[in-house]
Amino acid sequence: MNELMRRMLFLPEQASQYARDVDRLHYFVITTTMIAATGVGLTVLWFFIRFRRRSEAQTTPRVEPKTIHEVLFIGVPLSFFLLWFAIGFPQYVRLQTPPRDAMDVYVQAKKWMWKFSYAGGPNGIDVLHVPAGRPVRLLLTSRDVIHSFFVPALRLKQDVLPGRYTQTWFNADKPGRYELFCAEYCGMGHSAMLGEVVVMRPEEFDAWLADARRSGSPAVDAAMTEEEHADPRQSLTQQGERLAAEYGCFKCHTVDGTRHIGPTWLDLYRKTEKLSDGKTVLADEGYLTESMMDPRAKIVAGYQPVMPTYQGKIPAPEVAAIVEFIKSLRTDAVKVEPSKGPVYAPIRK
Amino acid sequence: MPELTARAAPPLAHHFVDMRQQTEAARLGMWLFLASEVLLFTGLFTAYSIYRYLYAGVFEEASRKGVELWAGTTNTFVLITSSLTVALAIHFARLGRGKLAAALLGVSLLLGCAFLGIKAIEYANHFHEGQLPGKFYTFAEVQGPGASMFFTLYFIMTGLHGLHVIAGMTVLAVMAVRAWREEFGPEHYAPIEIAGLYWHLVDLIWIFLYPLLYLI
Amino acid sequence: MVHDAPASAGSAVYNTPNYLNAEIGVRSWLLTRDHKRIAIMYLVLTTSAFALGGIFAMLIRIELLTPGPTIMSALTYNRMFTLHGVIMIFLFMVPAIPGIFGNFFLPLMLGAQDVAFPRLNLLSVYLYLTGAVIAVWGMIHGGADTGWTFYAPYSTTTPTQVVPILLGAFVVGFSSIVTGINFIVTTHTMRGPGLTWNRMPLFVWSIYATSVIQVLATPVLGMVLLLVAIEHAFGFGIFDPARGGDPVLFQHLFWFYSHPAVYIMVLPAMAVISEVVCAFARKNMFGYKAVAYSSLGIAFVGFFTWGHHLFTSGQSTFDAGIFGVLSMFVGIFTAIKVFNWTATLYQGAIKFTAPFAYVCGFLFFLVFGGMTGVALATVSLDVHWQDTYFVVAHFHFIMVGGTIMAFLAAIHYWWPKMFGRMYSEGWALVAACLIILGFNATFIPQFLLGNMGMPRRYYSYPAQFWPLNVASTAGASLLAFGFLLVLTYLLISLRHGKVAGPNPWGSRGFEWNTPSPPSALNFPVPPVFTHGPHDYTTGAETPPEAPGEPEHA
Repeated sequence: MNELMRRMLFLPEQASQYARDVDRLHYFVITTTMIAATGVGLTVLWFFIRFRRRSEAQTTPRVEPKTIHEVLFIGVPLSFFLLWFAIGFPQYVRLQTPPRDAMDVYVQAKKWMWKFSYAGGPNGIDVLHVPAGRPVRLLLTSRDVIHSFFVPALRLKQDVLPGRYTQTWFNADKPGRYELFCAEYCGMGHSAMLGEVVVMRPEEFDAWLADARRSGSPAVDAAMTEEEHADPRQSLTQQGERLAAEYGCFKCHTVDGTRHIGPTWLDLYRKTEKLSDGKTVLADEGYLTESMMDPRAKIVAGYQPVMPTYQGKIPAPEVAAIVEFIKSLRTDAVKVEPSKGPVYAPIRK
Repeated sequence: MPELTARAAPPLAHHFVDMRQQTEAARLGMWLFLASEVLLFTGLFTAYSIYRYLYAGVFEEASRKGVELWAGTTNTFVLITSSLTVALAIHFARLGRGKLAAALLGVSLLLGCAFLGIKAIEYANHFHEGQLPGKFYTFAEVQGPGASMFFTLYFIMTGLHGLHVIAGMTVLAVMAVRAWREEFGPEHYAPIEIAGLYWHLVDLIWIFLYPLLYLI
Repeated sequence: MVHDAPASAGSAVYNTPNYLNAEIGVRSWLLTRDHKRIAIMYLVLTTSAFALGGIFAMLIRIELLTPGPTIMSALTYNRMFTLHGVIMIFLFMVPAIPGIFGNFFLPLMLGAQDVAFPRLNLLSVYLYLTGAVIAVWGMIHGGADTGWTFYAPYSTTTPTQVVPILLGAFVVGFSSIVTGINFIVTTHTMRGPGLTWNRMPLFVWSIYATSVIQVLATPVLGMVLLLVAIEHAFGFGIFDPARGGDPVLFQHLFWFYSHPAVYIMVLPAMAVISEVVCAFARKNMFGYKAVAYSSLGIAFVGFFTWGHHLFTSGQSTFDAGIFGVLSMFVGIFTAIKVFNWTATLYQGAIKFTAPFAYVCGFLFFLVFGGMTGVALATVSLDVHWQDTYFVVAHFHFIMVGGTIMAFLAAIHYWWPKMFGRMYSEGWALVAACLIILGFNATFIPQFLLGNMGMPRRYYSYPAQFWPLNVASTAGASLLAFGFLLVLTYLLISLRHGKVAGPNPWGSRGFEWNTPSPPSALNFPVPPVFTHGPHDYTTGAETPPEAPGEPEHA
């Protein structure tokens, strides 16, 4: 049934459970739509045959609706629409809340290519390797204009915005190669901004990752790396450490837990920070990025607002690297909040 | 705008049944136009609120150090006074005292000029200090993301408002001439009344701009 | 240039005094304040815009005939779809039905001599023309390649000529506001004696609702387009993230107008359908109040659904939920109308004519297009469909399948009233079949392409999308042929058509109580309204007569 409907509607393969769930809703929605449109069409046809004009001077009785008619006219479609929504919205919520144990991949879009950076591993251009059956979270940002990350087989799409991070996640369970499109118009090369998502068996993926870490990613675009002077053989975390030193972060922030001009980075990630205005904030990727771009927006209680902004000074992939470096700084022995453990375990060095 | 008001020059246009209908149409038309104008500024107010929320600190600092409170406050009084004289002018036009109404409109026009003059002095200061929008921003005292945004919005909002002041003054000038010629009376005062409505709107928009840009 | 064409044709053909021959000469047209002549000017201008937009559409379809480059470069293609969108939306969809049929029939239906502000009405034509000229100037000098949505920061950084296109749309927006104010004031203050709100023709209700949206939403669009133009020209950084700007703010402001704008385009279509259904079913509207008030409902709720364009832009999940639910409610108002139109046919006396053929097409397309719209608001499905050909197909189902079908229904229904001549009914039915078939063949494949995952605005595409694209292009050719056929027989009918007489359809709409074409002063004696519109319970007061042949000059 699923296969028949999928083929009739020209839908691509379903590479995740989410895709299968969304497709079920799709079948339901399209079937109701077809029935309604055909129903209205047939009714019009029937009325036309039954009530066609017989003489030019014909008059007609005045027909007024009863309340029940209007209630039905409103109630029937509304209940269907709300039912659709009741099924569709939880699916969307599911898509918006990545699981804790997801593996993180940084996605950076620019005209007209995709770059994927693995936390503990190499970079990839236009090809995203992921393990089957493990959740993968994507943290996306753009260097120029808005792009959109679209994998039809995963029924997944997320706009990629300049100057901020968006996130999405998926759990592909069917190994294979799937097309990746840019779905938000971005200029001349928009339709050539294609890529591929390669879903590998977990053990193959681990082997690939280990191999790629050793030898560097095979497909690295010269233009991209030159601009960002990122060494593909270095992991994102190592790059982050180097960059943090270059930008002078360590003048104020320590990595060993001691207090300096700014808060320490050790165990900062996913810590609940108390702010000077009495509010609290969870130090996630969003907060860390914001603190670099707009340090005065949220000041941790007990510190002075002295940090300069790095808006426009650090390119987006370097921000990702620094964030990744901060994330790696954990004292596993002394967990601040054991229940909110690190986001992923498998890739950490 | 002159369109609406000038149309009533022959007291009754051919397509209206009577004067009452014509006046009602003119008044409703003006109110709709005002609604449309308010929505025009709403886009800017929305942008302002979003960016103020994003860059609360910098906006506060910019409004403290970047703009002259005395100028904004004086301009607020100038505009409110001009609205008062316009209201009085309408009152006297209704009583048939056209010359007095024209004189009051003249006072309003002078106040409008004063407003624009003060604004021009402010603009000159901003240019001098490098408090300019976007990539032209060079003001050293307030830095950080959002600082140039404050002045971008400042210039667009006050600039657009300034254009409205000029448009309003043109309308008032036309009305002043017509009042001087004793064209208005107890029966026929709709044009000057709706011209006044427009001027009040210009005033009202400033009353929203003033706290946003100068006070908070 | 073309303005005087109907005038000269009119003066040659008609000998009864009417609005076409009341004054002769180009000047009398260019400076006219007669709402009927202004309507004719809009007819000529918007149809020309439609033809231009249609040519761009055909070029786009030809380019997509093969997966790789076909007849143009990627940059040219990007300009083509931008100009197609801008022209069709700002120069045709928004102004066409209100500008032509609203101007012509609103005062007639209200028993008024003209709209409330005739000079402003003329001004709106010239604003439209100015905007169009600025936009066309921009097109000739390079054109824009941003898509009609002008998303920042692409639109603020592209080297193409965005500014004139934006300014053109801005100026046309003012024309739209002026028309809106005029119609609202006319409806409020100029209804004839006895014409209470609940006796107004449904056409007036819908046009009124349209005007409310025009007056309230257009200025916001004007502002945001101006901001983009300023940023593009001077680099003020309003939407530029490098200067602290927020590109998503642009999307919010843009869709705050542009979603209601969809209703600006579709409500007038609904206005037309209500009139045509009643006239050809010879029947009162089933649920008059429901249809009338649902127009206002659409106008109101339509302002609170814009966020459903941003489900994948990174807005919060909570916002997505709210906008999703509200979008469901907008769908309901349309459903009410569809059911009431269908129920109107019950116990009617239906005559199948060309306008009615378009109504049948309209009903099917609106149900399908509308429900796919609600499906798009079903949040998780939108994630897959957003920015694919599914959205393109849905949008065209509403715009072409809805608005253009209604536009064609309107022009066929009111043609005899506007020009006093009948067109060839046989050819009209042939054209209607061609258009409806061609339409389905063009856009149903696009739904499937969207399902397959083909993103919109693609210049080249992977080979699996090829067959459906060929089908779509074939359908588009059929569609274009249908439109040309309509244009041909309508132009022929201007000179050679049968004289129509005042009421060839036996309609009870108030506008048919005038001679065809109406005289320059609509009513010698202001009419008094004693019953509601669409009252077919009694025999015709004046049976439709067959007047003799006109004297040819």
